[in-house]
Formats: sequence, C-alpha cells, structure tokens
Amino acid sequence: MGYIKTRSQKSGSVFIFIFLITAGIFMLIPIYLTVVMAIKPVEEIFLFPPEIYTFHPTLDNFRDMFEVMNNSRVSFWRYIFNSLTVTLSVTVLQCAFSSMAAFVLAKCRFPADKLINGIIVVALLYQSNVIYIMQYLIMSKMGIIDNPLALIFPSVASPMSLFLMRQSISQVPDSVIEAAKMDGAGLFRICWQIVVPNQKPALMTVVIFAFQSSWNMHSDSFIFQEQFKTLPTVVNQVAASGLARAGTAMAASVFMLIPPAIVFMFAQKYIIETMVYSGIK
Amino acid sequence: MKKSNNLMKDIKKNKDCYLMLMPFMVFFIVFTVLPVFMSVPIGFTDFNMVQPPEFVGLSNYVNLFLSDKIFIKSVRVTIIFALITGPLSYALCFLIAWLINEMPEKLRAIFTLIFYMPSLANVYTVWKIIFSGDMNGWLNSFLIDWGVINSPVQWLTDSRYILGVTVIVQLWISLGAGFLALSAGFRSIDRTLYESAYIEGMQNRFQELVYIVIPSMKPQMMFAAVMQIVNSFTAGTIAQNLVGFPSTDYKAHTIMTHAYDYGWVRYEMGYASAICTVLFIIMFFCNKLINKLLKD
Repeated sequence: MGYIKTRSQKSGSVFIFIFLITAGIFMLIPIYLTVVMAIKPVEEIFLFPPEIYTFHPTLDNFRDMFEVMNNSRVSFWRYIFNSLTVTLSVTVLQCAFSSMAAFVLAKCRFPADKLINGIIVVALLYQSNVIYIMQYLIMSKMGIIDNPLALIFPSVASPMSLFLMRQSISQVPDSVIEAAKMDGAGLFRICWQIVVPNQKPALMTVVIFAFQSSWNMHSDSFIFQEQFKTLPTVVNQVAASGLARAGTAMAASVFMLIPPAIVFMFAQKYIIETMVYSGIK
Repeated sequence: MKKSNNLMKDIKKNKDCYLMLMPFMVFFIVFTVLPVFMSVPIGFTDFNMVQPPEFVGLSNYVNLFLSDKIFIKSVRVTIIFALITGPLSYALCFLIAWLINEMPEKLRAIFTLIFYMPSLANVYTVWKIIFSGDMNGWLNSFLIDWGVINSPVQWLTDSRYILGVTVIVQLWISLGAGFLALSAGFRSIDRTLYESAYIEGMQNRFQELVYIVIPSMKPQMMFAAVMQIVNSFTAGTIAQNLVGFPSTDYKAHTIMTHAYDYGWVRYEMGYASAICTVLFIIMFFCNKLINKLLKD
C-alpha cells in the first residue's frame, strides 16, 4: 500500500493483537459456555464445580429440544415455518420498499423531499423496540393482533434500511440516470434495471439487518395463538424452566445463533462496504 | 393562488416519485410516525382499551411527576444506565473497530465476527446461568471453589449487584450496527493521509486518531451515536429478562419497563402513553445534544 510503517507502529501491532485476542476471549466465553452446555450430558450439568469442557459430547439436548417442543400443541416444524415466513416476508418487503423509496429520495427532486429525508434521520431513533407499546394500540385498532401480519407489518418500513440504501444510491453518478432518461426509460425501470442491480452491498446489508431482527423477533406481545408463535418465543419458554432444562435451553440458543451467523459470515464484506456511506452529515 | 397551482403542477410532474415512495411511506406513517405522535393525545386520556378513551387533561403527567415515586426512580435508573452504558459502549465500539482496522485483512474479518457475535441472536440467556444465585451458578461456584466467597451471592436479585450485572451484559451485546458503521468508517480513510502526516512529523497512533481519524469519520460517528442511544434507552428489556420483572427494589426499572408495566400488565394505556411521550422527548433531545457535541 506504499504507506510507511514506522518502527513504533510495527511493535505496536503485536500489542494490539494480544489485546484483541484477550478482549475477544471475553466476548466468546459466554458463547463458548452456551455451546458446551448444549453438548453436555444432563448428569454433568450438576457437577460442582462445573467443568468448562465435556468429555462426553452428546446431541441429546438437541433431541430433547425437538421433543419438548413437539409435545406442545403444534409441532416444532410449525414454529420454524412461522419464523421463516416472518423472516422471509419482512426481508423481501423491506428490500423492495426501501430500494424504491431510497432511489427516489436520493436521486429525484420534488416537493417535500428534504422534509422526508429529515424525518427519516430522526426516525432512526424510534425503532420497533422503543415504540412497540404504541404499535400495539394501532394494530389492535386494525384488528391484526393475534395474526401473523402483526409480526410482519411493523418491520416492513425500516428507517435504517431506507437510510443505508439512500446513502449508497447517492453515490451513483447522476449522469448514469440522465443517460437512461434520455433513452426514454421511466423512473420505475431506471430504479429496478439500472440502479438496484448495482447495489448488491447495500442490499446485502439490508438483508442482514432485516433477517437478524425478524429471526430474533419475539411474538409474545402480539401473538397468543400457539400455531402462530415464532421460534424465539418458544425458545424462551424452554429456557425459563430452570437448571434441569439448561442444556436444552442452550441447545436452543445455539440453534438460534447458527443461521444469522452463517448469513453474517458471507455478507460481512458487503456490510462494511455499505456502512462506509452510513454517515449522517 | 398561482403558487398553489405551481405546486400542484410540480406534484403532478413528479407523480412517479410519489408512487414509488408510497409503499414505504404508508407503512412508515402507520407503524412509526403515528405511534410516536399518537402517544401525545392518548397521554391526556384515561384509556383501558375496552371503554373509549376519556379526556383527563394533564392529570396523567401530574401523577407521573408528582406522585409516582417509581416513575421518578425509573427516570433515575434510565439516566444512570444511559450515562454508563452509552459512553462506555460507544468508546468500546470505537476502540475495537480502530484496533481491528490495524490488523491484516484476514484477521479483520475473524475479529469482526467475534465481536459482533453476541448481537447476532438472543444468546444472553447463558448469563442467567453464569450469574445464577445458587451454587450452580458458574460465577458463584468458581468463587466458592477458589475460596473467595463462602456462600453464594445473589447476583441477579441482590440490589447491590443488579445494576453492575446488567451493565456488563449490556456492554457485551453493545457492539452492533454502530460498531459495523465505525469499522467501515476506519476502512474508508485514505491511507495516503497517514503517509503524508508521518512525513510531516506525526509521531504515533494517538496523533493519527486526533488529527486524521476523528475528523474524517464524523458522519459514521453520528450514525453510531444514534444506534447507541437507542440501545442504552431500550436496555431495560434485556434487564427484564435477566433480573426479573419487577427487579428487586426497582434497581433495573427503566422508563421502558415502567411503560411496559402500565401498558402491558395493567392496560392503563393513557398513563403508558404519557410515559412513552416523556421517553420519546428525552431520546429526541439526547440525540440533539450528541449531534451538537460531535459536530464541534
């Protein structure tokens, strides 16, 4: 990269590495414990002092998890299906709606555009976990409480997704859009055929955040019927039953962690690329 | 008259723009704008979701500030919580993102994953076992085993420890979207800037930070600040899962938990709305204040 490394910097790198490793271990300890508890046989959970490793790894806890949940009125697969449906709908709708809105807000001048841009920046503060009580009131007026729509609708228009998409689309040169207009393409076509296909990093970022928030969404505030509940709610119910069930609860935690971790591993590069433009000016 | 005609023309000309904005705006207005603003009128009523709301003027607010001792306590807890976790986790995000950026490419990806992992999913249930109040809690059993303490400590229910425990867990999961934004910010800094600065006599990393990094990362720092504000004001939800609800002596009772108590448990929506209004206003001004601080 042609940038001069002074001596102080080179020796510093070792210290930084050691510091990061130490801090990283602290971050990982709880996750490590989660995994160990998940593969520990039940009789080892009550050892004193507890062992931080196990010689008899087993998948019993995972099997128990499926069994415990299968014993409820609906099968475990139903919860997975619910979670997947909510996650997929939220992710797809978020991508579609925020791409269009972001394109218009970044590239078109029309009455009230500045106002809307300003509102979006303030709205970053008021995410679902801040306003869910008020959202409940609105949804009960709409009559969609206890309906899967109650899990999907509030997350469809995410100010954060719109904001990130808008920042990224602003980087597209105006000349590209002007040229397309000359060729007679309408706004809708320019958006979907020229701009959005080149926004892979930003789209991936929206996908990650949408996936993560909806996969982890608790349904207990808005859903009461067993057949519409999502995984995190059920996992919480299992986790609430004390130490004897700890192994099962931890197995469920591991189960919940794996999908977003995989998605994140593949998408990390794109996220960092998008976040470069995340700045608020 | 002419002006409004022009405006109408303008709107017509941009019909496509509005059409493309519409799907997002409909959901945005119904599920974000409306909830925030609705809390104001409902805050002036007595509303239990069964009977129609009844206008009671300022009485909710009068009760809130003058006779609800737990609310005053929750304001204090929220502010203490935000003052501790906000700056601390922000500094942590900044420090870790900065140090990771000094590492070679491959290690960066691994470290980013490690530090981001806790915010990927709700894995914090394990802290319940770590801090469990009996001998089977990990922390207790190790401390007893090493002879540091003789009998188990009630980490999650003893009012002396609740705040500390929740702060630790909150810090653990705080490297979220803000952290990613800062990582990206560091990566976008033009490396040649460092080069010329070293030629001009810059000595060390600390100077790099003050003269190059911070000035060129202001926008990402603003974004991360917003994320951190949201996190520290909603921290109550995590505390609620860990130390129970209501927590011993209301030590982890935040404004959010108080609103939850009235909205969810008691169905006093008017009162809950008044609490939410106060929270929204505090968050708004907190954001304003931090914007000001970062801009100068």
